[in-house]
Amino acid sequence: MIYLDNSATTKPYPEVVESFRQVSEKYYGNPSSVHSFGTEAEKLLRMAKQQAASLLHVHEDEIVFTSGGTEGNNTAIKGIALAHQNRGKHIITTQIEHPSVLEACTALERLGFDVTYLPVNKQGIVSVEDVKNAITKDTILISIMHVNNELGTIQPIKEVGAIAKQHPKLFFHVDHVQGFGKVSIPLHDSGIDLCTISGHKIHGLKGTGLLYIKRNTTIFPLMHGGDQEMGYRSGTENLAGIVSLVKAIRLYFDHANTRTNHVKRLNEKLRACLSEINGLVINTPDHDYVDHILNFSLPGFKPEVVIHALGEKEIYISTKSACSSKQPDESVVLAACGLDKAITKSGLRVSLAYDNCEEDIEAFCEALKMIRNQLSEVMG
Amino acid sequence: MNPIYLDHAATTPMDPEVTKEMLPIFEVYGNPSSIHSFGRKARQLLDQSRRIAASSIHANEKDIVFTSGGTEADNIAMIGTAHANQHKGKHIITTVIEHHATLHTAEYLEKQGFKVTYLPVEENGQIELESFKAALTDETILVSIMAVNNETGVIQPIQEIADIVKDHQAYFHTDAVQAYGLLDLNVNEISIDLLSVSSHKINGPKGIGFLYIREGVLVEALQHGGQQERKRRPGTENVAGIIGFAKAIQIAQQKREERINTYQAYKQSFVETLEQEAINFFVNGEWEKTIPSTINISFPGTNVESLLTNFDLAGIAASSGSACTAGSVEPSHVLSAMYGSENERTTNSIRFSFGLANNQDQIIEAAKRVASIVKRLVK
Repeated sequence: MIYLDNSATTKPYPEVVESFRQVSEKYYGNPSSVHSFGTEAEKLLRMAKQQAASLLHVHEDEIVFTSGGTEGNNTAIKGIALAHQNRGKHIITTQIEHPSVLEACTALERLGFDVTYLPVNKQGIVSVEDVKNAITKDTILISIMHVNNELGTIQPIKEVGAIAKQHPKLFFHVDHVQGFGKVSIPLHDSGIDLCTISGHKIHGLKGTGLLYIKRNTTIFPLMHGGDQEMGYRSGTENLAGIVSLVKAIRLYFDHANTRTNHVKRLNEKLRACLSEINGLVINTPDHDYVDHILNFSLPGFKPEVVIHALGEKEIYISTKSACSSKQPDESVVLAACGLDKAITKSGLRVSLAYDNCEEDIEAFCEALKMIRNQLSEVMG
Repeated sequence: MNPIYLDHAATTPMDPEVTKEMLPIFEVYGNPSSIHSFGRKARQLLDQSRRIAASSIHANEKDIVFTSGGTEADNIAMIGTAHANQHKGKHIITTVIEHHATLHTAEYLEKQGFKVTYLPVEENGQIELESFKAALTDETILVSIMAVNNETGVIQPIQEIADIVKDHQAYFHTDAVQAYGLLDLNVNEISIDLLSVSSHKINGPKGIGFLYIREGVLVEALQHGGQQERKRRPGTENVAGIIGFAKAIQIAQQKREERINTYQAYKQSFVETLEQEAINFFVNGEWEKTIPSTINISFPGTNVESLLTNFDLAGIAASSGSACTAGSVEPSHVLSAMYGSENERTTNSIRFSFGLANNQDQIIEAAKRVASIVKRLVK
């Protein structure tokens, strides 16, 4: 099997599964309980939080464990909007965000908020000038992803952070689900107030994630109850999941440090192979992109058909975000880049992980060439 | 001293069978929303689990929404129906003895302009049906009453409540987190519209639960994003967690009778041992109306803090109430509702809850340790 859909989800590291198993077995107490089973669990939770904080170079009380990226994004966006609406009701985001950001914003529009969805250029990158110009006295939140999930383009987060810093009344949220561990952003003193991370995109477990919330940031919680996670997130903590998440972050950082060139080489090889295929158009630009994601189109070929044919050879890639299917045919992200319908309706995404190898890329390209030729014959 | 865990109402150890079921799933790591076969395999596993969850309460599988736990299920049930049905009225009925996931959500809804009636309970721990009936108005859109109270284990008359709500526009939500697995919950025989369940209370993994939403019930989602769970709860599904939960459900279904008998016997021996040891105690709530796994006991002449500290030193893990409030030593809001806030039971009562981590010998041993501590403290 060749798995090239690592932006949809990744295979958990064996060590991550092992920590999950061990914690489930040995630390089953409820961290809120006052007896020894509870206090042992609470100690472990505290340690996990300290470790996460030190890995991210932030304070311990700035880490809130969540059930994943969608919850992180919803908590950040609605949490800021609902807590600060008396200051203003304007939100700035982009047209190429993940559905959990876009839909959270649409939901807020129904509550009377005003949302600006900034366009992107042909390369899929938002303009810093546009962000600056969109800010009004009513703006309370800017939410921009660091790396786009379909294209792999890197957004100018550092620059937007600098702008956000000049407007102390507004908050800046970064959806870092696809970028985490691939492109680094120092959170401290960056102008970023909130940052979403998901476990299963970095070889952690599904149902785990964390939200960075800068000190002294008030948010309205999504869920009410026992006031766990400093009141930001009620509900019994998924301790085994939390410990496994921190393990995944640590291992992923190790990989990112030692294997960056490896993925870069895979990306170069992939680009070279794909450029040999007749009619194939690479959509990911050749600058400001992460090595892990490459988006391309085969105009005239239905992406589902290509994916199915590759699947028969046990090669797995995808069309667009697994989460978006609003318009079943067209990629919203590619459309936002102003590309032709022929391109936006035939987008395919390869997403790499550190454990992919050059042979995977060769086999994929061979298979794609063959499928392309076979389909051309059928379609005559 | 060997620690004895008597706090299964706070959380339970994961059944080894559940772990065994989950581990291979981490290898089938596809995203259920992916269209390739690897994703579809994950989807199949998810569908299978949904059928298991649905059949456990005689529901349709499409009416099951997997959540991150009981708190999220309660929040969706209450906020979701309140917001989606406010055109019909803005009145909600609940009780003073609910879990904080319900109570704090109700308080939030009050701030949003909803009117909430918090029903009192009788000394036996149950709500009184006549006052419930009297509280229902044309404006009522939601009734949220737990099936079993987490502190006392007292079972609420949900059948009778459901029968009353049946002919009313209001939806009936029950927080079944403590009841599920031991009580027979049939959403058709008892006409329940929404029902919350948590996995880690039935020996499944933490971070998973489900909300049953009867077909046709209008609910707004709490989170927005992808198409997962028919848009009622977006976010990549926690496949392994859901499969572990489904396994725990299956085991709970198969062993329900056996567990009822075992825990009932534990409870009996626990109390009998305390009696033999000749200490002074009262059981809170009406014995016949409690579930087998939970007992709440008042020890006159003591106080919760010193009891819990000494129990813990003697290796007995019990609690003063909900784990979610256990950090505080405020008088129990549940016992205050039953006996009045001045009653000393509110500050000298302990919840013992039995389960998978126990055996008969442990129960006797635990009761003896408890008795000796109580004797020492009341001297």
